[in-house]
Amino acid sequence: MSDRTNEVSHLDLEAPEKPYLDSNELIINMGPQHPATHGVLRVILKLDGEKVLGTECVIGYLHRGVEKIAENRTYTMFNPYVDRMDYCAAVSNGLGYCEAVEKLMNVEAPPRAQYIRVILTELNRIASHQLWLGTHALDIGAMTPLFYTFRDREEILKIFEKYCGARLTTHAFRIGGCQYETYAGFEEDVKNFLTFFAPKIDEYEALLTTNRIWLERTKNVGVISGADCIALGVTGPVLRASGVKWDLRKAQPYAAYSKFDFEIPVGTNGDTYDRYLVRMQEMRQSMRIIEQAVGGIPEGPIMGKVPKVIKPPVGEIYHSIEAPKGELGYFIVSDGSTQPYRLRVRPPSFVNLQALDVMVRGLLVADVVAVIGTIDIVLGEVDR
Amino acid sequence: MAEEVKTPAPPTPPEGEPKPTAEKPVAAASAAPAKPAAPAKPAAPAKPAGPVPVPWTSPMVEKYRSQYGSGLDPQTYLGQNYLTVDCSLIPDILRLLRDEEQFDYCVDITAAHYPKREKQFDVIWILYSFPRNERVRVETQIADGASIPSSVAIWPTANWLEREVYDMFGIKFDGHPDLKRILLPDGWKGHPLRKDYGILQQDKEWVQINLGIESGQ
Repeated sequence: MSDRTNEVSHLDLEAPEKPYLDSNELIINMGPQHPATHGVLRVILKLDGEKVLGTECVIGYLHRGVEKIAENRTYTMFNPYVDRMDYCAAVSNGLGYCEAVEKLMNVEAPPRAQYIRVILTELNRIASHQLWLGTHALDIGAMTPLFYTFRDREEILKIFEKYCGARLTTHAFRIGGCQYETYAGFEEDVKNFLTFFAPKIDEYEALLTTNRIWLERTKNVGVISGADCIALGVTGPVLRASGVKWDLRKAQPYAAYSKFDFEIPVGTNGDTYDRYLVRMQEMRQSMRIIEQAVGGIPEGPIMGKVPKVIKPPVGEIYHSIEAPKGELGYFIVSDGSTQPYRLRVRPPSFVNLQALDVMVRGLLVADVVAVIGTIDIVLGEVDR
Repeated sequence: MAEEVKTPAPPTPPEGEPKPTAEKPVAAASAAPAKPAAPAKPAAPAKPAGPVPVPWTSPMVEKYRSQYGSGLDPQTYLGQNYLTVDCSLIPDILRLLRDEEQFDYCVDITAAHYPKREKQFDVIWILYSFPRNERVRVETQIADGASIPSSVAIWPTANWLEREVYDMFGIKFDGHPDLKRILLPDGWKGHPLRKDYGILQQDKEWVQINLGIESGQ
């Protein structure tokens, strides 16, 4: 048995110079597999405790090279591809593309087609906002709206399905007009939807607008000023919620929008709550447009004078529309052949997402989820 | 199927160059925009050719023309105005458009590749003015490997847009705060929207190392 009494202790009893609980900055990854990032968005967060010091978005996980595909397909063949960008608002994507090519060919869709386009596009705007509301509310803890909005969105998808056979990636329009005549009972279905849906918006609002938890989670969260929105190129409901009254349907009317009477809802604070209110109002305004359009669909052809083979003359065109998420633009360069020489999509989600960093600085981690939801991005469009 | 690399040749070759700036529009065409049969296109089959670009005149344009002379070529096509600008004037023109002409919103920055041209790339800025409710496009041509001043200081939104142009075309923007790939992975080789990049082509090495599969096709 050895004697250990002479051993020296190595315990360091001096007080450490640094505190044991250090407060270093923390870098964490949010996503790409995260339910609240609405797809495969990865956000690198730089945190001080719970406080966000800065963010960096890593995108491209869904990149499919849509613009490259366009250069290798004919104008007609490329049409269904645009539905796969913002798949929540496929009709809007199709409208923008068809109008851009029509402009390049210097033709116009006949009035009947214009009306059908407006009705379907506005229905799609409502569907897109419903999807946004359901998922956004779910992200910040309100589960019920998700079931309500998806239940009601179904009615819109049924109309799409009856019209063109598809519910999500509709491919509803063709270059020069619409391929399908409205089915028997189309107008009835749309009118029935309007009477069905009017009280439903009130229902959503009853759940959220004055809900104390909702107010706590959205008021003064993710504030962005109108000037910052313009500098960052942010468009759509986010811009309008910051007080800039700008909507392409009014500013540079396309399709038949100049014929209809509607308001542009605007907010004042530019926070998440105002963006919620603006989108709720937009759904009501969309209903107003649909109501006017469905009552006055003119008779006539649904296809303009477009040749079988689409061959726009040499030239360049930029055309943009007010998609549910902001300005959706197509820049097309034609070399006179059947395929676009260059086709550029100006995606609203991609540009709006850039404002995330400005909006979340200084907020808490939980608010990042709210802000991603309120920008309303679709990764299919961000990454293309 | 073997790599079906689409050479830029099959459709009308771009050497004649779709750019309307190459040929000056016929003066008579300005009156009737629907004038058929542009003379410079013998290849086009009997088919009504579209309208021709016409010179764009406005007080703003006159002012800049007198200031910059031939470095600036303002035109209108299908009612859309664009300025073809010499690449050395780009920073000046963009800043003037924002500061003096209220083009406060940079809608998009993009590019197009014309491999047969000496200056291979077109870089295009699409601008919008909220006060004027007006759009303008600014276009310039630069050579492969040349770089162009960044406009992030003019419009912060240019940050991601320029990164995408760099990612897809390999055009470098001087003074960009963080010029790196945005849609493709960092280590990727090649710039897919160049015309010499085939539609089925990909960075095999990257795919094999990072995805552990032989090919992504």
